[in-house]
Amino acid sequence: MKYWERPFGQEKPKVVQGEIFIISDRCKGCSFCVEFCPNGVLVISDEFNSKGFHPPMVTDLNKCTFDGLCESICPDCAIVVVRKEVKIDKK
Amino acid sequence: MSSISQKTIHHYLRHKKKFPHVWCPGCSNGIVLGAVIRAIAELKYDKDNIAMVSGIGCSSRMPVYVDFNTLHTLHGRAIAYATGIKFYKPEMKVIVVTGDGDATAIGGNHFIHAARRNIDLTVILINNNIYGMTGGQYSPTTALGDRSTTTPYGNIDPVFDICELAMGSGATFVARTTAYHALEAQAFIKRALEHKGFSLVEIMSACPVIYGRLNHKGDAVEMMKQMKENAVPIAAYEKLIEEEKKNKYRRGIFRQIESPEYTEQYQNLIYSLQEKQGVQE
Repeated sequence: MKYWERPFGQEKPKVVQGEIFIISDRCKGCSFCVEFCPNGVLVISDEFNSKGFHPPMVTDLNKCTFDGLCESICPDCAIVVVRKEVKIDKK
Repeated sequence: MSSISQKTIHHYLRHKKKFPHVWCPGCSNGIVLGAVIRAIAELKYDKDNIAMVSGIGCSSRMPVYVDFNTLHTLHGRAIAYATGIKFYKPEMKVIVVTGDGDATAIGGNHFIHAARRNIDLTVILINNNIYGMTGGQYSPTTALGDRSTTTPYGNIDPVFDICELAMGSGATFVARTTAYHALEAQAFIKRALEHKGFSLVEIMSACPVIYGRLNHKGDAVEMMKQMKENAVPIAAYEKLIEEEKKNKYRRGIFRQIESPEYTEQYQNLIYSLQEKQGVQE
């Protein structure tokens, strides 16, 4: 059946999900990703990588909008953001 | 790791052998590398149909990390080599990555004449206000009064405005952005690649290790924040009063016009002469 306008609640909401991969051995600890993330998802970790820098670490993935800003501002190509839009079935 | 390799940008990188790269922590060149790769990935160009040419300098290390046809040439002569490639294979996308000293001081003549002829090259000029790799000498874009290893008491040379130079020489696409505005840089590079004719994208970048340290500009994050404040969109810059314009510069697309392209014109000349000869014989 075709409606002349979309009834409320008919459309399934899209939820953005994804993953953040950090290639820690490439990181040089410039902390751009931590400083310029609008939602404060990343923090500098206490661990060391093989070059002796502190790579970033994901704290709360639920805050992340997966806009990929950290990926584009990373000077070392060390962050990869994979974004998926998932339809959720309402019950 | 399988998801990382699925991401298209990593197809264009020689990431198994060459990473981590040689640039200092906090250097903007890596951001520009990412922007170039992402712009090319969006346009879905074939790897074999792109040539990346560079001269000498920090920024000119970029072809080492990308999986295209690459050429690492003499200091300042990158545009001359790129012109040769463009003449031999006019269908090839030729990208030139240079620095401010490489393009405007040592290779200044090549730069202005390539712009005048309107050869279909995409020049990505990374401007960090200093010669970083060779030890911190002052370049044509070092600001008045700034220190470098060859101007220890402050620079007295007036500054080169590279976008004005390119427009004065007749470039048909001229844009300027900063490394902080990484997504804007990506969009400008994409438009420059699509543009037919000489296109220049000047990307202001931060050199925290040499320039920042000599001039007390703070660390890498601090320099990025300064770029965020100082780079003003063209329309907003016009509205500023004279006192506020100090230390600020414009960013955006300065010019985008259509003009006959040089290699095409050259080919047409050859065809017309061949036809003429055929008629005479």
